[in-house]
Amino acid sequence: MLGKLTLSAIPYDVPILVGTFIGAAIAGLAVVGLITYYGKWGYLWREWLTSVDHKRIGVMYIVVALVALFRGFADAIMMRSQLALAYAGNPGYLPPHHYDQIFSAHGTIMIFFMAMAFMQGLMNIVVPLQIGARDVAFPFVNTLSFWMTTISFLLVNVSLFIGEFSQCGWLAYPPLSEQQFSPGVGVDYYIWAVQLSGVGTLLTGVNFFATIVKMRAPGMTYMRMPVFTWTIFCTTVLIMVAFPILTVAMGLLGLDRYLGMHFFTNDGGGNQMLYLSVIWGWGHPEVYILVLPAFGAFSEITQTFSRKPLFGYKTMVYATASIMVLSLVVWVHHFFTMGAGPNVNAFFGIMTMVIAVPTGVKIFNWLFTMYKGRIEFHATMYWVIGFMITFSIGGMTGVMLAIPASDFVLHNSLFVIAHFHNVIIGGVYFGYVAAMNFWFPKAFGFKLNEAWGKRAFWCWFVGFYVAFMPLYVLGFEGMTRRMNHYDNPEWHPWLLIAEVGAVLIALGIVCQLTQLYVSIRDRNLAENRDLTGDPWNARTLEWSTSSPPPFYNFAILPEVHELDAFAHDKEAGIDTRQAGGNYQPIHMPKNTACGFLIGAFSFVLGFGAVWYIWWLAAVGLIGVIATVIARSSDNDVDYYVPVSEVVRIEQEHTHNLMAAQAAE
Amino acid sequence: MAQNMTADAAHAHDEHHESPVVFGFWLYLMTDCIIFGTLFAVFAVLRDQFAGGPTGHEVFELSGVGIETAILLFSSITYGFGMIAAHENKVSTMRTWLGVTFLLGLGFLFMEIREFSHMIAEGNGPDRSAFLSAFFTLVGTHGLHVTCGLLWMAVLLFQTAGKTELNERMIGKLTCLSLFWHFLDIVWICVFTFVYLMSVI
Repeated sequence: MLGKLTLSAIPYDVPILVGTFIGAAIAGLAVVGLITYYGKWGYLWREWLTSVDHKRIGVMYIVVALVALFRGFADAIMMRSQLALAYAGNPGYLPPHHYDQIFSAHGTIMIFFMAMAFMQGLMNIVVPLQIGARDVAFPFVNTLSFWMTTISFLLVNVSLFIGEFSQCGWLAYPPLSEQQFSPGVGVDYYIWAVQLSGVGTLLTGVNFFATIVKMRAPGMTYMRMPVFTWTIFCTTVLIMVAFPILTVAMGLLGLDRYLGMHFFTNDGGGNQMLYLSVIWGWGHPEVYILVLPAFGAFSEITQTFSRKPLFGYKTMVYATASIMVLSLVVWVHHFFTMGAGPNVNAFFGIMTMVIAVPTGVKIFNWLFTMYKGRIEFHATMYWVIGFMITFSIGGMTGVMLAIPASDFVLHNSLFVIAHFHNVIIGGVYFGYVAAMNFWFPKAFGFKLNEAWGKRAFWCWFVGFYVAFMPLYVLGFEGMTRRMNHYDNPEWHPWLLIAEVGAVLIALGIVCQLTQLYVSIRDRNLAENRDLTGDPWNARTLEWSTSSPPPFYNFAILPEVHELDAFAHDKEAGIDTRQAGGNYQPIHMPKNTACGFLIGAFSFVLGFGAVWYIWWLAAVGLIGVIATVIARSSDNDVDYYVPVSEVVRIEQEHTHNLMAAQAAE
Repeated sequence: MAQNMTADAAHAHDEHHESPVVFGFWLYLMTDCIIFGTLFAVFAVLRDQFAGGPTGHEVFELSGVGIETAILLFSSITYGFGMIAAHENKVSTMRTWLGVTFLLGLGFLFMEIREFSHMIAEGNGPDRSAFLSAFFTLVGTHGLHVTCGLLWMAVLLFQTAGKTELNERMIGKLTCLSLFWHFLDIVWICVFTFVYLMSVI
């Protein structure tokens, strides 16, 4: 009846997990209690959970990403603390099977549920506004994507309290991840979480590619698209190419485990290296799926706060597209030591080094944008400059690893860990935080507090170097990754320094939370409110509408005459909000609970399958299919906003704007 | 010229004349194509890993597979007739052709399941060797797609029951399923060639 699930699956004898559970339960009950106390359930359901508005979906993605950051970082600091303690006679406080789950969960969560969710949140909030569209091509698919990601993250967190998580690292290499060596449910949790969230991401890729191709404002040719949109465009291509490969990798590993097949097993003719090739066929493009949007955000921020148009727009576009293509032909550099032979390794090593060229072009473009600009050292610019320094170092250690001969020495050592944190924290994370600071007023109508933003930056920036530079040294000293105990006295001081760095990063996260709190508290102060919709004197279309934008984004679709459409309009004295006032009824999608329901049923399917509770999995699967059919039979999916409503909203905005200008 | 195009584009956009549904579905199909491409690559890597089990030559019966192929290709033609009828707004003719396509698809699936169950009954199931794992997964994934296509066709037949004309949304759905069905045909031709024929040669 309950498959493998018994009472012994609840880890009530592990104090850390019980403590975490009590903490999570108290926090959860507090949130539920507050929503009930203020009577907000109906509002939450109607306006957010069932919303198809890309801006709200974007905000929800970023909320999920921040929760994932919190969980992923808790794992990180536990690992660092374990390694600071577990030296010589001291076993530390985490037994190996627990430690292994923590590093597996840390990687899985940070990539799939922190970075991917954050990136999808940003593209949701920004892209339709930036191309002058009223929504995405498939609004229902958009809410479905969000819920698939969210329930997968929930599945990972359920594994904390019911059963266990994978102990096989964030990519679950076989044969360790096969039934023979990992008979528990941990790997199954991993497979289902990754598989279901992959469906959501793939749909996002299709959705935003179609949006950018089909829904740009009149006059916005490809070479007039803002750079952020260009980077998202390339990212969606990579998503569409790479995520199906991930689906296959997870599917085949699942078939090995569930049906006893022999794709990657030791016996029966299986081939583990096939798994590596397939998983990295997804895994390497994934790195660029994450970092390209960050490059786009840096471009927008740099030109805005340097008060200059971006230097070398065209080379930026070509560099982005080159990276997109090259990222598909480098995956073997993740396993040079496989023994594919010098010719194969040389090819992939050289292709990897070639990627540094377009990336270098980008760095120089940002530098030349700043050169002779009137740079405003806003908190967002701190992250940009921090990124340029940190990412360049990370890029150079990447080129070191791209040399097969040196990779043989450094493979699987902490040098690799230091390198990819160097590019993912310094590139991806700094980029997303900068983007969040930059676009926050657009989403909410008030700015984030700058002083706390700068404090957060300094803690993260210094914390990063203190935490990860020692890992380069340890890599050279031969310390391998995923160790939970060591005897070498030379490593100990470096690991203590790294622990200090982790604490500094923790302070950075505290500063970020404080920044959010302070900003929300002071949101009504005149200097924090964004009444014009253009708080930074920026250049692209999303700033031409109000903050937050009306649900239809633009009462009249903008006409684009050149690159940086909004800057052009401002120079030409065109007021896009008041363009004649000749309003038409606006065609908009209706909210729907179907995305939420499909997500909920998918969760049931995943949970049932993890525990071999087949009737429950069947309920989930039938629920998914039934909801899809019901949605397909529903013809009441859209409506027209009447002109009178558009006029009312637009006049209210004009009224507020004039009142604010009069007050000045 | 340029101005005219801009105005046209604006018009199309405002009035939603051009639905992105077919384009979006085509994109999805390309991602599906990558799933099959990866499965073909996996099959290519594992095709000689018999682990003491049977080779393709020993387990495949080409005559049955030939009939399956003929049925599936023919079902693409009948779906095509259905689409011609749909564009002429002849709903009952369209439904008849879709019904024929459905039965052909069902026949294909029946033959495939019979082939699979024969192999499993003889002890040559997907857990026998890496070659058979790859074979069952590739062909089974195609079969799963056909099953989804049949379910989808049944839903569309149900949704068009009693209708006298087809609206734009329904034409869009029929077009998507049409793309899907022909796509499965193309995949099957590759399966037939690379899996069956090349294993028997």
